Amino acid sequence: MTVVGYLVDAVSLGALYALIAVSVGLVFGVLRQVNLAQGEVIAFGAYSLWLMRTLPTWLAIVLCFGVCIAASLVLQVTVFRPLRGASALATLIATFGVSYGLEALWLIVFGPSGNTVSMLTNLNDTVIGGAVALRWITLVEIGTAAVLLGGLLLLLFRTTLGMRMRAVAEDLRAARLVGVRIGRVVTWAFVLSGASAAVVAILTTVQTPLVTPTFGLTLIIVALVGVVLGGLDHLGRATAGGFVVGFVNSLLGSVLPEQQLVYVTSLTFLFVVVVLVVRPAGLLAPRGASVERV
Amino acid sequence: MSRSTLRLAAELAGPLALVGAVALVASNLSTSDQTDAINVLVTVTIVIGLYVFIGNSGVISFGQISFVAVGAFAAGILTTPVTTRQTTMPDLFGFLARPELTNVESILLAAALGSLFALIVGLALMRLSGLAAGIATFAVLEITYNILANWAKIGPGPTTLASVPVTTGVAQATVGCAVAVLAAFAYQRSRSCRLLRASRADALAARGIGVSIVRHRLGAFVLSGAICGLAGALYVHELGSINVTEVYLALTFSTLAMLVVGGSQSLWGATLGGVLLGILSSFLSNAENGTTLFGFTFTLPNGLSSIIFAILFVGALMLFPRGLTRNREFLAKMLGERSAQRGVPEGAPITSSDGGSPGKAPDGASAPAPAARAAAGAEPEH
Repeated sequence: MTVVGYLVDAVSLGALYALIAVSVGLVFGVLRQVNLAQGEVIAFGAYSLWLMRTLPTWLAIVLCFGVCIAASLVLQVTVFRPLRGASALATLIATFGVSYGLEALWLIVFGPSGNTVSMLTNLNDTVIGGAVALRWITLVEIGTAAVLLGGLLLLLFRTTLGMRMRAVAEDLRAARLVGVRIGRVVTWAFVLSGASAAVVAILTTVQTPLVTPTFGLTLIIVALVGVVLGGLDHLGRATAGGFVVGFVNSLLGSVLPEQQLVYVTSLTFLFVVVVLVVRPAGLLAPRGASVERV
Repeated sequence: MSRSTLRLAAELAGPLALVGAVALVASNLSTSDQTDAINVLVTVTIVIGLYVFIGNSGVISFGQISFVAVGAFAAGILTTPVTTRQTTMPDLFGFLARPELTNVESILLAAALGSLFALIVGLALMRLSGLAAGIATFAVLEITYNILANWAKIGPGPTTLASVPVTTGVAQATVGCAVAVLAAFAYQRSRSCRLLRASRADALAARGIGVSIVRHRLGAFVLSGAICGLAGALYVHELGSINVTEVYLALTFSTLAMLVVGGSQSLWGATLGGVLLGILSSFLSNAENGTTLFGFTFTLPNGLSSIIFAILFVGALMLFPRGLTRNREFLAKMLGERSAQRGVPEGAPITSSDGGSPGKAPDGASAPAPAARAAAGAEPEH
């Protein structure tokens, strides 16, 4: 493959992680709580695609959206709502528990060796063969991410719902005082977050069809790294952070030899620690942004 | 004896008696059940290690199992016969390949390494609170795992370290666990811990009365690292072999669940949670391999124990965030403790401290009371 090929691949993986970052960032923006179980919502979608493998593709995709949105809402009602008022930390460890439990559930129901989702396999065909080796899925990923992120921007800045969401993100109490129905806004945030999880589930399973029990947690941890690097406090920066992490990961994956590749995880997380210590508001945040430390 | 002396005695005697009870039961069990009981004691030691930092500081750490891992591998490698090491781990650094330690030496070394590692990590991370602390300590766990799983110069890499002498019997596990209880008790009576707890109740107010939060947190973190390292050594000498995946996410999750279910802010809570859930965990993992209860033989699906733990853990966080012990020490209520929690909003254990969300500072007017009271608790009562 050529440099162009590497770059396009990197952009597409970056786009994918940007979408995951959006699905985490939407909820964080409204509730100030990190949802570590978001990866399991994606896994829910991926496994549902496997269960629906005999259905027509369009129906499976529609149902996958339904499943992910439902999973996201169930999570909101069963975990986030009871913990409202508790600190962000309680939710972080509770969702860690949820994702751990769900991972074990996948293990019991679907077995440890993984299930292959063979859907839309023709998207893996190459558009341009030879040195560039461009696959359709790469283009679809980049296109979908661009359209969805654009749509999200329109939603946030051009609709009443978006304005309310931004108001809640800015100051929940003040938003409530001026008449924003917090419950409704929160529900919408979870719906949107579930929908983007569905998109990620579909795109990921087309690209790497094997769904294993650790599928969700692996995705979310990498995306979370990006979100933290970009700056959790700001949806745009979080998304950009997600993109950068996906981009860099993909690039390192194609450039470095296998031997050194294993330590990329360590380097990534070391970088996270350094950023948290030196610039806790995120690398992309302006200087002097509010930080939480002693 | 005055009530406060009695209370102090109960605070130490409760956890010690519980550990002693487990040991007593263990010494009368058949060999296979004895292994489970020893495992409970080692797990309790780890949970006490978590408590020393998380419980006292109110800061979450997903990283303490890194110290268990370092302790376990150091103690395991250095007690494995040198000749075995040459064949199974030919790439080891000289300082790991040659010396052969005795059992006790290896345990002491593991505790020392655990605290040293904690000191290095802590120097960088102790300023962080809330989410940032959670994510950063998680990163530490990932880094430790990644390096241990791949670097053949410092250990077995992805393979299992085998032929470690199995030396952790009931006696040694009990002594190890009791040492952890004593250390945690001595620490929580100290001035430094009182000040740390003041910062847990209200960071702003604690700083206002001149508490150096970072320094006291670091102290707790290092002690926690030592206890975790010690537990790691006991663990590897109990199993006789260890793979890096055994000291990673699953152990992090289960021990954290034990701490939260027991009550993360008291030594009694950590001990009780560790013992109860440790027993449950042994039972479930035996049942996953087939077990007999009341004459019925059954096999639970592999992974069910994780689900049960997850339900207990999340349920505890929601329904009784202060745990089974309500964050009280043993018999503290009966002996008339003036609750140190008074004035602190009815809240979660790890949660009430720094309120979490950035930009939403606690209400200044009502702030100083709980912190000052917690700090004043250092004085003996009249």
